Amino acid sequence: MRLGLAEGADTTRAIIKLAVLAVGGQGGGVLTNWITDLAQRCGWHVQSTSVAGVAQRTGATIYYVEMMRKDPARPDASPVLALSPAPGDVDILISAELAEAGRAVLRGFVTQDRTTLIASSHRMLAVSEKIVPGDGRADSEIVLKRAEEAARRFIHFDMESMARQAGSVVSASLFGALAGSGELPFPREAFEATISSGGRGAKASLVAFALAYDRTLAGPPPEAEQLPPAAPAVVGPAGLRDRWLALERRLEKLPEPVHEMAGHGLRKVVDFLDPAYGMEYLDRLETVAKADSSVHGYALTHEAAKYVANAMVYDDIIRVADLKTRSSRAERVRREVHLGKDQTLMTTEYFHPRMEEICGALPATLGAAIEARPALMKGLNRFVDRGRRIRTDGMLGFGMLWLVGGMRRWRRALLRHRVETAHLEAWLDLALSEAKADYDLGVEVLKCRRLIKGYSDTHARGQSKFDRVLGCLQMLRGRDDAAAWIARLREAALKDAEGAALDGAIMTVRSFADMPDGKAA
Amino acid sequence: MAERSFAKEVEKLKLGDGEVFTGEGILAITKALLQCGVGYVGGYQGAPISHLMDVLADAQEILGELGVHFEASASEATATAMLAASVHYPIRGAATFKSTVGTNVASDALANLASGGVTGGALIIVGEDYGEGSSIMQERSHAFAMKSQVWLLDPRPNLPSIVAAVEHGFELSEASNTPVMLQVRIRCCHVNGSFVTKDNVRPAMTVAEALENPRRDTRRIVLPPASFLHEKEKITKRLPAAIDYIRRHGLNETFGGNGKVGLIMQGGMYNGVIRALQRLGLADAYGETDVPLHVLNVTYPLVADDLVAFCADKEAVLVIEEGQPDYIEQALGAMLYKAGATVRLEGKGILPMAGEYTGDVMLAGIGSFLRKHAADLLAPEVRAPNMPAPPIFEDLAKTVPTRPPGFCVGCPERPIFAATKLAEQELGKHHIASDIGCHLFSIMPPFELGATTMGYGLGPASASAFNAPDAKRRSISFVGDGGFWHNGLTSSVGNAVFNKNDGVIVVVDNYYSAATGGQDILSSRASNRTKSTKHPITDALKGMGVKWIRHVERTYDVGVMRSTLKEALTTEERGPKVIVASSECMLNRQRREGPLHKQAIAEGKRMTKTKFGVDEDVCTGDHACMRLSGCPSLSVKQLDDPLRDDPVAAIDENCVGCGNCGEVADAAVLCPSFYQADVVSNPTAWDRFAFGLRRRVIRALQAWRERGRLVFEGVSA
Repeated sequence: MRLGLAEGADTTRAIIKLAVLAVGGQGGGVLTNWITDLAQRCGWHVQSTSVAGVAQRTGATIYYVEMMRKDPARPDASPVLALSPAPGDVDILISAELAEAGRAVLRGFVTQDRTTLIASSHRMLAVSEKIVPGDGRADSEIVLKRAEEAARRFIHFDMESMARQAGSVVSASLFGALAGSGELPFPREAFEATISSGGRGAKASLVAFALAYDRTLAGPPPEAEQLPPAAPAVVGPAGLRDRWLALERRLEKLPEPVHEMAGHGLRKVVDFLDPAYGMEYLDRLETVAKADSSVHGYALTHEAAKYVANAMVYDDIIRVADLKTRSSRAERVRREVHLGKDQTLMTTEYFHPRMEEICGALPATLGAAIEARPALMKGLNRFVDRGRRIRTDGMLGFGMLWLVGGMRRWRRALLRHRVETAHLEAWLDLALSEAKADYDLGVEVLKCRRLIKGYSDTHARGQSKFDRVLGCLQMLRGRDDAAAWIARLREAALKDAEGAALDGAIMTVRSFADMPDGKAA
Repeated sequence: MAERSFAKEVEKLKLGDGEVFTGEGILAITKALLQCGVGYVGGYQGAPISHLMDVLADAQEILGELGVHFEASASEATATAMLAASVHYPIRGAATFKSTVGTNVASDALANLASGGVTGGALIIVGEDYGEGSSIMQERSHAFAMKSQVWLLDPRPNLPSIVAAVEHGFELSEASNTPVMLQVRIRCCHVNGSFVTKDNVRPAMTVAEALENPRRDTRRIVLPPASFLHEKEKITKRLPAAIDYIRRHGLNETFGGNGKVGLIMQGGMYNGVIRALQRLGLADAYGETDVPLHVLNVTYPLVADDLVAFCADKEAVLVIEEGQPDYIEQALGAMLYKAGATVRLEGKGILPMAGEYTGDVMLAGIGSFLRKHAADLLAPEVRAPNMPAPPIFEDLAKTVPTRPPGFCVGCPERPIFAATKLAEQELGKHHIASDIGCHLFSIMPPFELGATTMGYGLGPASASAFNAPDAKRRSISFVGDGGFWHNGLTSSVGNAVFNKNDGVIVVVDNYYSAATGGQDILSSRASNRTKSTKHPITDALKGMGVKWIRHVERTYDVGVMRSTLKEALTTEERGPKVIVASSECMLNRQRREGPLHKQAIAEGKRMTKTKFGVDEDVCTGDHACMRLSGCPSLSVKQLDDPLRDDPVAAIDENCVGCGNCGEVADAAVLCPSFYQADVVSNPTAWDRFAFGLRRRVIRALQAWRERGRLVFEGVSA
C-alpha cells in the first residue's frame, strides 16, 4: 500500500472525494446516484463513476464521487476530476458492510489525516467464512479496532437492521448517516428531497434515513446493565416440577464453578427425555467432580457439564420430530415469515430418512438384528431411502411427526440410545483415565466431542475425525505438550470437511512421535 | 428485456439544440450517434457498453422516426460485418462491443472491412474492459487498430470530449475511407457528467434507400488484385488523409506552457495525469497547468511531426500509456531517433509496464519523473517528500475475507453445480471445461468446478481434445445460453457432433444473456416486440445432429439434475451427450415478477410467497449445506447457548424461496433442518377454514403433549 506524497502543495482541497464500498446487490449504485443527485441539487460540480457488469454480482464493488462548489468567478469552467479513488486521498469513505470497511483500510482509502469512515457494522459473510465446518467467521473486533485507528472519524452502527426496521435497504440508512455526519455541506432537506424524487419506496427510505440521521447525531446509546439471565421458567405438571426441583437441589451440590453450565446441560437433557435422564446426567457429573479438584478450577467437570449434555442429547429422528411439532417452533416460524393476521401459512419439512435412522428407532435387539444383515438392510432401504416432504401444517404430516416425537418415552429401549450411551461412556471413561495422569489432556479429550455433529454422512465424517484425533492419544500420552497437541488436532479437524488439515496435523504428530505408520490417517 | 429499464434515459435521447444532457458517458455516446445522423447501429452487449445496447433497444420508437436501423447482433463479428453497409453507400454506421474479447471475435470482419475501406463513416465503439472491475484477460485494443490499420480514438474522459470524438470519428472515417475505433474505458463509460446537445439528424441515406438503389464496386472487394491495391492505398491515400484531418481539426490537444519537460498521454489518461499534477501543486482544480501536455485523443495513427515538434525544445518527455506492449512509446522512440532528437524519452520503467494507471501509480510515476528532470518545479516538501510510513495491518489483512463475484440469491445455476459436485462425489473427479458467463463462478468456492475458460461459447470446444472413447471417464463442459447462440452452436456443438466427441455438454439456459445485463436472446421465453424469441435450444441441438439430448426443465430439482448428469456420464451411447438445464435468471425473474406480485396482492388476488428457514435447534452447525450452496442469503449465526460451540445455519430476509437448500439437504442426505414456508396472502374462504381447522387440531395435540412434560421457556433444546 502506497500513501500519497506530502499534501502540502495539493490544489484539490476544494474537491470532496467520496468512495462507496459495497457488496454487489447491496444498492451501492442507488446510494451513489443519490449522492450525485444531491450535489447537483445543491448546484455543485459533481462527477461519479462505477464499475458495472458481472464484476458486481455479489462481489466487492466500489463507487467513486468527486464534488466541488461552483466558483461564481468561473461559471462556465468545469474542474478536472478523477475517475477512481487514490490511497491517502479520500475524504469520506462509506462502507455498506463491516469487512468491506476493513478492505477500504487495507487499500489505503482510510487515512488518519482526512478520512471520515461511515460503515454499517453488520456482516455479510463471505463464502470462505461459511463453508468451514467449525467457526470460520472473521473477527469483527479486529476490523473495528483497525478502522478506528486508521480513520480521522469513524461512524459505525448496524445500519442494515435499522433499514430493515423501516422496511427499507441499507443504502437509505447509509445516506442518513452521511447526512448526520455533517461531512457534506448540504442541508438535511436536500438529502430528503433527493430520496423523495426517487419515487418507489421513498417513504420507507425516508424513515430509514431519519433513524440513521438521528443515531449518528446522538451517538451510541448508553450500555444497558448486563443482568445475569434469570433461569428460564419451568412449566409442567406438579409431579414433574417437584422432580425438577429435586434435580436443581442436587445440582447445587456440584462445585460452584460448574453450576451455570450444568444448569444449561440439565435443562437440555431433561427436555430431551425426562427427569430421570437428568439424574443420569448428574450421576455422570458427580463421578467427574469426584475425580476433579478446585486446584484446576474444576475445568474437567465444567467441560463435562457441557459435552456430556451434548452427547446425551443425540440427534435422532424422535428428537427432530419432537422439535418440529412443538408450539414454540410454530411460533418461531410465524415470527420469521412475519405472518400477517389475514395470511395463512403452509410449512413443508425436507426429510430424507435412511434405514440407519429407522433401525436406530427400533427396539435395540430388533434394530441390531436388521443391521447385522446387510442384504436385508439394502432391501428395506429401497423403500425407506428417499426424500420426503412432510407438511407440518397438515394434520396427516403433523400427526405423523407428533407420534414419532411421542416415542421419546421408550427411547431407552431403542438401538440408537444403546449405541450412543456406549459411545458416551467409553469416551467419558477415557477422559477420566487420561485426566488421572494428565489433567489437561483429560479436559482436551472431553472437548473433542465438539467434532461429532451433523446427520448421516456428515455425522459419520465427524465421528471418524473424533476417532482419528483420539487415535493419536497413544502417540502423545506422557508428553507434556500432549494436551496442546490434541487441541491443535481438534482445531485442524474443524478447518475443512474432508479432513485434509487433520491429516497434515496427524502426519506432524507421527513424525515427532516416531511411530511406524499406522492406519490412523 | 434487459435487467434495467432505460425509459428515463430514452427521453434524454430526444434532447435538441442547446439543451443539456446529464447522465452516463455511454448514454452520451448513444445520443451523439443520433446527432451525427447515424443510419444503422449494431453491437453485442457486454460491460461496459451494455447500456448503449439496452437504451437503443428501449428507444425503438425514436429510431423508427429517424429511420435508424438498430440490431442486437448475434456476435461482435456480426456487428462488425454489418458495417459493410458503409462500404458502397454513404451511410454512417456504428458497431459496439466489449473489448478486447469482442474485438477478438470481430477481427475477421474488421480486417476485411479495413482492407476495402468505407464510403460512409464507420465507427466501432469498443468498451475497453481493462483494470479494476474488468472480467476478462488484460490486453489492448490498440494492436487491432495497428494490424488492420483502422484509426483509434482515445478521447479525454469527459462527456463533451467523447461526444466530440464520435462526431470527428465519423468525419475522419469518411475523410480517409477508413473505419474508426472509438475506445472508451470502463469508468469513462459509467462516468456521470453533462454536455450541450444538438438536434438528432436523419441519416443522409437510410438503409431502405440504399436497398432500393443497390451499388457495387469491385475495387472495394477483398480479392486479388484489389486486395494488393488496398494495402498500398492504406499507406498512400488513407493514412495521409487521416493525418491531414487530425491536424486540420486539432484532434490532439496541447496544454500548458513551454517548460523543459513534457508529458505525452493517451486522452483517456488525461484526468489521472491532471490529478497527479494537482496533488503535486502543478495544476489547479480546473486543470490549468504550466507543465506542457500533449494529449493524444487519437492514439493511432500518431502524427510524427506534431510529436517531434512537441519534444523539440524539451530535455525530457514522459509517455503515459496504459497497458502493454508500449506501442506508442516504441513508435515515438523511432520517430525521435529518425528525427535526430536529443530529448530524453521516459515512460515504462518510471511507470509500470503492466496494470491499470491508478491514482497512486500516476502520482508516483509523474512525481519521480519531475523530481528527476524538473525538480525545480516542485515545492520543497514535494521534492523531498517525507512519506508517512504506511501502517502495518497484518492482522487485518488476515481477517478481511476475499469476496470474489458469485451466484446471486436464488440463482438457478447454483443447483446445477451442486448436482455436479454430488455426481462427482459418486463418480469421481472429471475434467470440466468452463465457458464465459455467470456460470463461470463455478470455479470459485464452494463448488470449485472447472479447469479452463477459452472464450465465449467455446466451453465444449475447449474439451474437444479429450475425446478418448477408451478412457474410463468423459469430459464435462459447460456453455451458457448466451455463448450457445453467440458461437457455441457451431464451434462447440457442431464440432462435437462432427468429430463424434463422446463428452458431456451442459447448456446452462437461464432465458437471457444474463451476465451482460439480461438481454434477450433467441431462446428467451418472453415475447419481444422487435425480436424473434422462444426458439428452443433443444431444437437447435437436434438440427445440429445431436442424438442424446436431455432437458431439465427445473434446475432447482437437484436430484433430477444429478441423475441426468450421472446418466450422461455413464450411458453406453456414443457421441456428445447434451443436457439443457433451464430455469430463469433469478435477478430478472424478481425484477419481472416482484412488482406484479405486489400489485396482485394489492388487488386482493390469492398469492403465495415462499421462503426457506432453518430450525436452529435441529441444525448442528456442520455447515455441510453451505459447501453445496454459497447462497448469499444462507449464512450462519451464533446462538445464545453456551452448550453450542459453532454457529448454526440461518436464512436471511433476502431469501427468494428458490428451494436449493432444501433440495440439496435432501439430495445429499444432509439434515432435516430446512423447512419451506409458503405464506398465502388474500387466502380464499376455504384456505381460511382449512388453515383454521388444522391449526386448532395441531394446537390441541401440542397442548396435550406439553401438559405432560416439563417445558423450559426460551431454551433452544
